[in-house]
Amino acid sequence: MKLVRVSIALATAAFAGLAGAAEPIKIGFSMALTGALAGAGKGALIAMEIWRDDVNKKGGLLGRQVEFVYYDDATQPAKVPPIYTKLLNVDKVDLVVSSYGTNEIVPAMPIVMRSKMVFPSLFGLAANEEFKYDRYFQIMPAGPEPKLDWSRGFFELAAQQKPKPQTVAIVAADAEFALNAAAGARENAKKMGFKIVYDKTYPPATTDFTPIVRAIQATGPDIVYVGSYPPDSVGMVKAANEVGLKAKMFGGGMVGLQFAAIQKNLGPLLNNVVNYDFWVPEPTLNFPGVKEFLAKYQEAAKGKGVDPLGHYLPPFAYAYMQILGDAVQATKSLDQAKIADYFRKNTHDTVVGKVQFGKNGEWATSRVLMVQFRDVQPDNLEQFAGPGKRVVVYPKAWKSGDPVFPYKQ
Amino acid sequence: MRGWGFPAACAAVVVAGLAFTELADNPYYFNAAYVILQALIMAVAWNILGGFTGYVNFGSAAFFAVGAYTSIALLKAAAVPLPLLILAAALVCGLIGLGVGYLTLRLKGVYFAIATLAMGIVLETLINNWSYVGGAKGTAILTPDKHLWFDSYSEMLFMVMLLLALGSVAVSRTLSSSRLGRGLAAIRDDEVAAECSGVPTLRLKLVSTTVMGAMMGAAGAPYPYFVSYVDPLSAFNLFIAVNSIAMPMIGGTAHWAGPVVGALLVGSAQEVITVTISSELNVLLVGIMLVLFITLAPQGIVGLVRKHWKKRA
Amino acid sequence: MFSADLFANAVVSGLLLGGFYAAVAIGLAIVFGQLDIVNIAHPAFIIAGSYTAYIFNSTFGFDPVLVGVAAMPVFFAVGVAIYRIYYAAFERTGQESLSGLAFFFGLMFIIEVSLILVYGVDYRLVSAGYATGALSIGFVDLPGRMLVPFLVALALTGLIWLYLSRTFMGRAIQAVAQDRGALQLMGADPIRIKQWAFGIGIATAAVAGALLIIIGPVEPSVGRQYIGRAFAIVVLGGMGSIQGMLIAALLLGVVENMVATFYGPSWAPAVSFGILLLTLAFRPAGLFGR
Repeated sequence: MKLVRVSIALATAAFAGLAGAAEPIKIGFSMALTGALAGAGKGALIAMEIWRDDVNKKGGLLGRQVEFVYYDDATQPAKVPPIYTKLLNVDKVDLVVSSYGTNEIVPAMPIVMRSKMVFPSLFGLAANEEFKYDRYFQIMPAGPEPKLDWSRGFFELAAQQKPKPQTVAIVAADAEFALNAAAGARENAKKMGFKIVYDKTYPPATTDFTPIVRAIQATGPDIVYVGSYPPDSVGMVKAANEVGLKAKMFGGGMVGLQFAAIQKNLGPLLNNVVNYDFWVPEPTLNFPGVKEFLAKYQEAAKGKGVDPLGHYLPPFAYAYMQILGDAVQATKSLDQAKIADYFRKNTHDTVVGKVQFGKNGEWATSRVLMVQFRDVQPDNLEQFAGPGKRVVVYPKAWKSGDPVFPYKQ
Repeated sequence: MRGWGFPAACAAVVVAGLAFTELADNPYYFNAAYVILQALIMAVAWNILGGFTGYVNFGSAAFFAVGAYTSIALLKAAAVPLPLLILAAALVCGLIGLGVGYLTLRLKGVYFAIATLAMGIVLETLINNWSYVGGAKGTAILTPDKHLWFDSYSEMLFMVMLLLALGSVAVSRTLSSSRLGRGLAAIRDDEVAAECSGVPTLRLKLVSTTVMGAMMGAAGAPYPYFVSYVDPLSAFNLFIAVNSIAMPMIGGTAHWAGPVVGALLVGSAQEVITVTISSELNVLLVGIMLVLFITLAPQGIVGLVRKHWKKRA
Repeated sequence: MFSADLFANAVVSGLLLGGFYAAVAIGLAIVFGQLDIVNIAHPAFIIAGSYTAYIFNSTFGFDPVLVGVAAMPVFFAVGVAIYRIYYAAFERTGQESLSGLAFFFGLMFIIEVSLILVYGVDYRLVSAGYATGALSIGFVDLPGRMLVPFLVALALTGLIWLYLSRTFMGRAIQAVAQDRGALQLMGADPIRIKQWAFGIGIATAAVAGALLIIIGPVEPSVGRQYIGRAFAIVVLGGMGSIQGMLIAALLLGVVENMVATFYGPSWAPAVSFGILLLTLAFRPAGLFGR
C-alpha cells in the first residue's frame, strides 16, 4: 500500500515536472538594479530568486515551474511604464509584482490597473493613496494610515517617558519618503501635545550636517525626529555626536540605519538612537522560516555588493512573492479576481509573520517597529546578526526590551 | 528633398504613425516609441543652440522639467486639455530660453555652459520648495479616461509626441537652411567676425535659445501623463541632459538630420538594451559611443555618410 | 534664534567645509582655469580616488589620506594619458570647445558605470581614528571628520600654489595659460607642459577623493553633486588663480552653512548657485578676477 502511494506521488511529481517544462508561469516586474536604489533592488532580487528556487524545488505553482521576466528600471520612473507595458503585452506574463520604492511603483499603477492585475508591491509609502486600486497589496508593514503610522511609535514612546518631553524638532530630506515621514510626524506631534520648535528640510546633496544639528540644538528640543536617506542618516548621526546633541530622544525615520555596512561604520555612535525598522533578529520576531531564508540569502549575497545580513528588505521581498504563490496555489488559478480575493480575505503566513491586508491594500494593522541601538561595539559586523543590539521598544506586541531614556544626558 | 520632398515625408510619417496606432494594439511599442521621440525632440532642440551656434546648454533637463511642471501646475488648478498644456509649457520655457539668450551677451563658451548648469540647480531648488506642485516629494497625476478615437491613452500620447517631433524637426530644418541658419553658422565659426560683418548676432542667438527652450518645454509637457508620477529628482534627471547632448554629437551637429539620426539610433539602442541585457550597460554604452564618436568621427554619423557620398560622387 | 555661539559655529564649520571644497576644486582650477580644458569628469576622478582609499582602507587598514597621497602618481599618469588623447583628438584640430566637453561628459559616465559594475552601488565608508569625535575650543566644535580634510586641503592648496609660483615647471604652466605662442618662441614645448599640468590636476583628485570618503559615505554617482560646485568655485575665484579659488571655496562653504543654520538648509544650494549666476551675469571675470 505504502509503496503504491509513493509511486503515485512520484508519478505526479514527474508529471508536474513535465508540465512545468512545457509551460512555466511567468512573473514579471521591473527592479532598480542600477541607479540610486540599486543596492536595495539587487538585494530584493536575490530574495525573490530564492523564493522562485524554493517553489520550483517543490514542483512549482499549479504544477508549473515559475519563471521571472524582469527588467532594470535604473531607478528612473520614466522607464517604468514601457517596462510594464512590455511585460503585460509582449512577454504576456501571468502575474506582476512591483519594483522597489514609491517612485518606481506609482508609474506602473495606471498600466497595471488597466489590465486589472493583482499588484503586490514592495515598499511604497502610501502609493495607493491617489489611485485607490483594490488589487494593490503593500507588503511594507506601514499600516492602514502609512504616513501617520510611520512615526506614531516614536511619539507614543516619547509621551510615555517621565518627565514627559515637551518640545520636538523635525528635520527631513527634500525627497518623497522623508517629506511624507515628516508630515506624519508633524501631525502625530500635534496630536500628542508636543510643541514643534524646529521644522526644516535640507537638500539630499548636503555634505556637512553639523550646521543643521547646531541650529536644532539652538532651539533646545526635547526630542528630535529625523526623516533621512542613507548618506544623510550617516551624516546626521555623526553630526549629532560631534555637536553633542542634548535631545532626550533622537532618530525616528532614518533610512540606512537598517543596513549592516552603515551599522558597522557608525558603531557605538548609534547607541540609544531610536529608529524605525520592520524586522530585527530579536526573539519576539522569530517567525517560522525566516532564519532559514536569511541563511540562504546571506550565502547568495556574498560578493554581490548588497547588504550582507539582509534584515531590512529581503525578508519582505520573499514574503510578497510567498503570498502571491500561496494565492495561486489556493485558488488553483491565475484568475486575477480570485487571487485578489484570496489576498483580501485571508491571513497569510510568511517569513515576516502573519500578514493581513486592509481596505486600501496596506497592512490591516501597522507593524512599524521602533528599535533602539544598545551596547554597540566599534567595527564589528557580526554583532548585528544576533539579538540584543537592536532592541524592539515599540509596539507592545513585539517588544523585546524597555527603552533607555534619555538619549544623551 | 527640395520643394515638396520634406513635407511629403512628414505627411508619410504621420500617416504611418496613424496606421501604426490602428494596426498595432500593443501598448509597449507606443510607450517605447514615446521615450525615443521625447529624446528626439530634446536632441533636436539642443542642437538648435548647441549645434548651430556652438553654445553648449547643460541645462536641458531643467527646460524639460519646467515644461513638465508647467503642466502639473495647470492641472492642479483646472482640467486643462493637453494641447493647451503643451502650448503653455512651450511659452514658459520659451521665455526662460529668451532669458538664457540674454546671458550669451556676457557669457561665451564654457561660462555659458556653466551658467546653464547653475540655472538648472536653482530651478530644481525652487521646484523642491514649491509645495503646490508637490515639492520635493513629487505628485501623482492620473491620466484622463478620454483619448479621442485612439484605443488607449498611450497611443494618443505617442501620436502627440510624433507630431511634436515632426514639428521640431521641421523648425530645425527651416532654421538651418534659411538665411537665419547661415547667420547661426557664422556665430559658431567666429562670433566677433560675424558681428563685424553685420550679422545681428544677438537677435539670432535670442531666436535660437527661445526656440530651443520652447521645444524642450513642449517635450516635457505630456511627461506627467506618461509617468503619472513626477518628482523633481526624476524630472531634472542628469540623464536627460546627457542624452540631449550625446545624441546630436553622435548623429552629427552640423546638419539638421544629425540629432534625428543620433536620437533614433541611440534611443532605440537604449530601449533594446533596457529590455534585453538589463544592466548598467545602458549608460556605459552611451558613454562609450559618445567618446568613440567624438574622438574618431567628430562630424557624427551624418558627417560620415556625407563624406562617403562625396567620395563616390 | 540668532546667537553668537551659533554664528561662530556656522562660520567655523563653513570654513572647514570650504576647505574641503577647495580640495575638490583645485584640480579644476589648474585644468579648467589655466588650461581651459572643461574637465567635467573631474568629480568622477574624485570618486575614483574615494574608491581607491576605500579599497586600501578596508583590506589593509591604511589611512585614507595616506592612500590618497600614495595614489597621486597613478592618477597623474592617467591624467597624462587622457590629455594625450584629448590633444590628439580635439585640441590639435581646434575642436576642443564642444567636442571636448562631450568627451569628458562621456568619460564621466564611463568611470561612474565601471565603478558600479565592479563595486555595485552600495554606499562605501572608511574608518579612521580621527573621523569620530570633535575638538572643542570654547563653544566652537571642530569635528575631526571635517577638520582633517580641511587641514589636508589647505596643505594641498599651499603646495600647489608654491609649486606654480616657485618652480620652473610651475611658472611654465602659468605661462602656457597666458600665452601659448610666446612660450613656443622661447623653445619650450607647450604640449608637454600642458600634459604635465593636466596630470597634476587629476592627481589632486586622489587626495580629494580620500577626503570625501572621510567626510561621508560615497557611492559612484555622488560625484555629480560636486560638478556644479567645483566649477562655481573656479569661476568665482577668477579662473586659475589659486588664492582666488581658495577664497571662493571658503566663501561658498560659509555662505552655505550660514543659510543652513539661520534660514533653512533646503535653500543652501539655490543661494550658492544664485551667487554664481549673478557673478557670471555681472562680473564674468569672477569675484577675484585678474
